[in-house]
Amino acid sequence: NPYAGLVSHLRASWLSGKTWPMEYRMAQLEALGRFLDDKKQEILEATELDMGKPPFEAFFSEILLCKNELNVTLNNLSHWMKDEYVDKNLVMQLDSAFIRKDPYGVVLIIAPWNYPIHLFLVPLIGAIAAGNCAIIKPSEISKNTERLIAETLSCYLDNDCFAVVTGGVPETTRLLENKFDYIFFTGSPPVGRIVMTAAAKHLTPVTLELGGKNPCYVSDTCDVTNVARRVAWGRFFNAGQTCIAPDYLLCTIEMQEKLMPALREAITEFFGPNPQESPDFGRIVGDRQFQRVQRLLCSGRVALGGQTDEAERYIAPTVLADVLPSDPAMQEEIFGPILPIVVIANMDEAIDFINARPRPLAVYAFSCDSKIVNQVLERTSSGGFCGNDTLMHFMLTSLPFGGIGNSGLGKYHGKFTFDTFSHHRGCLHRNMGLETLNTPRYPPYTQQKLGLLTTTFEVKRRGTCTLL
Amino acid sequence: NPYAGLVSHLRASWLSGKTWPMEYRMAQLEALGRFLDDKKQQILEATASDLGKPPFEAELSEIFLCKNELHETLNNLSRWMKDEHVDRILAMQRDSAFIRKDPYGVVLIIAPWNYPIHLFLVPLIGAIAAGNCVIVKPSEVSKKTERIVAEALPSYLDKDCFAVVTGGVPETTRLLENKFDYIFFTGSPPVGRIVMTAAAKYLTPVTLELGGKNPCYVSDTCDVTNVARRVAWGRFFNAGQTCIAPDYLLCTIEMQEKLIPALRKAIDDFYGPNPRESPDFGRIVGDRQFQRVQRLLCSGRVAIGGQTDEAERYIAPTVLVDVQPSDPIMQEEIFGPILPIVVIANMDEAIDFINSRERPLALYAFSSDDKVVNQVLERTSSGGFCGNDTLMHFMLTSLPFGGIGNSGLGMYHGKFSFDTFSHHRGCLKRGMGWEPLNAPRYPPYSQQKFGVIRAASKVTRKNDCTLL
Repeated sequence: NPYAGLVSHLRASWLSGKTWPMEYRMAQLEALGRFLDDKKQEILEATELDMGKPPFEAFFSEILLCKNELNVTLNNLSHWMKDEYVDKNLVMQLDSAFIRKDPYGVVLIIAPWNYPIHLFLVPLIGAIAAGNCAIIKPSEISKNTERLIAETLSCYLDNDCFAVVTGGVPETTRLLENKFDYIFFTGSPPVGRIVMTAAAKHLTPVTLELGGKNPCYVSDTCDVTNVARRVAWGRFFNAGQTCIAPDYLLCTIEMQEKLMPALREAITEFFGPNPQESPDFGRIVGDRQFQRVQRLLCSGRVALGGQTDEAERYIAPTVLADVLPSDPAMQEEIFGPILPIVVIANMDEAIDFINARPRPLAVYAFSCDSKIVNQVLERTSSGGFCGNDTLMHFMLTSLPFGGIGNSGLGKYHGKFTFDTFSHHRGCLHRNMGLETLNTPRYPPYTQQKLGLLTTTFEVKRRGTCTLL
Repeated sequence: NPYAGLVSHLRASWLSGKTWPMEYRMAQLEALGRFLDDKKQQILEATASDLGKPPFEAELSEIFLCKNELHETLNNLSRWMKDEHVDRILAMQRDSAFIRKDPYGVVLIIAPWNYPIHLFLVPLIGAIAAGNCVIVKPSEVSKKTERIVAEALPSYLDKDCFAVVTGGVPETTRLLENKFDYIFFTGSPPVGRIVMTAAAKYLTPVTLELGGKNPCYVSDTCDVTNVARRVAWGRFFNAGQTCIAPDYLLCTIEMQEKLIPALRKAIDDFYGPNPRESPDFGRIVGDRQFQRVQRLLCSGRVAIGGQTDEAERYIAPTVLVDVQPSDPIMQEEIFGPILPIVVIANMDEAIDFINSRERPLALYAFSSDDKVVNQVLERTSSGGFCGNDTLMHFMLTSLPFGGIGNSGLGMYHGKFSFDTFSHHRGCLKRGMGWEPLNAPRYPPYSQQKFGVIRAASKVTRKNDCTLL
């Protein structure tokens, strides 16, 4: 296997204990920060070449958000690494009981093309913080960013412990034949299945950040202007190529009528009368993806946008009205700048519609009535949830980010990334003496001994009556 | 598929929201408690029949420890279920940001035969507490206990939401063809791989509690009498059929010489001169397992015990010395009442020996010198760890219990069971108004807007200089 040597080199480095000291991990993390600062301009240029990512968006998602995660980790690492002391029962009062945070070992991070720096770097922060060695496999589709990572990242990190592997499906397949101690994958559900099946051979734990169709319910009581802006922003950011973008809208026919002019106004405000000329609107990453998204336009009727330009891989910010569940746009995750509207009669129908489908990465609900937002939250199941906005729950490092069902398993961001990449080892350190405390547990067994044991180890059911 | 109807019935019950209210979950949990109380005698008899489990041991592991977990959960469920509010950045001070604990849906729990009530019931407590519906698949190897579970348990729990499925490998294979929302498996690594591969088809998250050879290092500075008692207890409890039993001992030749008489005395204290006549020593669960364990006796030389009786499936508490790494007994998890001693020169050799093998579920180190215990803890990797005792870290519900590498993935006990079976959903609820706060993020993009966003969302690196 072409990667066996690399994997065992990294494993030897890990076994040598090199990544254990906090100072080492902090130094590697600080180096990641310098990578982001030094290569900022190259990152903006590469992502612009790869998918027309507007520099503002790239700066925000690929630099700023990553630096936030870095700083949260650097600020808290010593605290996260500490042994966590836990409650003890009566018998163990003289013992030491704690949770030790151990690294897993050699970690594999497979990243997609849509946020090509962010989606390898934020997991990598957690992997390094937890003391692991890591192999990074950036996406071959975002070619310019891939090259940047492959050529420059290794100058910043310890090459004994961190490596970048490039390639497509054949290379990734061969890479996955090796035994890793953790695999972190961001991508599509079908490939997620392949990764988990490969991981199962080695009993490797995984986090899978996948996707799906994120529903966006808009109730009849809302501020239409604000809703239109927030939904349009979430849908058209990165030309729709965002795993948590609102994928389709659910609302009544009356709300559809109100939303249309508001969405038109929002799109014009954001991108001008001809979005193809706006420097603030992205492009589809590749020809294959362009054709896939373009095919979805034959759904319902085009109410806004609909123009395409194959040479530029441009698809206009588009809203489709009167879309039916059987239409092409409703059969797969859109991952493009198209917002279909599916008309439903009321909130209950919307909730049933959502629940009849695979569980998404995000559910959005807009209403001035907080009871409605709460009902949608309560009666659906999704990776994450945002009421009265889109995408924003992703920004908070204190919220766990991950999917459920088809949209993934596991979670990360902030401390959750550190926890994902560390093994929580339950530890008990007892005294060599004090043997008399142990006698009740030894044979020959007697009722009296059992009574003693149960008294000293018992967790009592707390009474529920209030004493007056 | 013979189980498709059952699975979809349970899924429909879950979707109906029946398991959501705390009162419902508490009622099901209280019913589990009544099951343990009402059926205690039958459970003791069944496990005595299935694997000669001494009633003291059965009452401790199958009833008492389960009731502790039950009480821990009943005492804390309302708190665990609450939304966890999280820290917010400047821009979100008016928003509500919290982690909602959602059930997964329909959970499958597959249990083994060695602690046949405990190892389905403790996971079941967490699954119910987290609001899931559950299918329990007890082991067909512990036949009498299987029958109690299949015949009695359903009358205590809501049949719309909880079911018991019995059978062997063919039935379990067909069961695994269905889509579950979580699978909790306790058993051997090879079957763990099969379960995870089946889970991968549906992207179903799993917890795998597996096994391995748990090393037990005894340093030269220790109280030999106490060590011998604690190790013998852990090794011979349930006739060695414990996933966290000390599997083999590592010590110097001098310590081996001291330990043998101490182990002989401990065994004599516990079981008398003829352990076969002791009511406090178990039997091997079945003929196949008996023959497997018996074959391992051809390793090193028998220093203590070694007698067997096929008719009773009795294997005497046995200690083997001068065992080589190449001997049969060092090739697989013993899961029987045999303790091999492997001689090493010093602690470093012991640590290297441990680290060149699969990572075990538990690791034990005995020394009067805390530094030695800490070194072993620090320089090895295992599911859990106990210094100066065996098995005891399992008893503390505040410690996470789980494996790493070949010994498993995921963790449970206490709140960790609840967390295992709940999806931690990151939620953000924003106001419908306050739109000017959002204006900086919208196109047309500008440097000024970027400055505002950065100021509002940035996480700064905390300074590490001290102000005098």
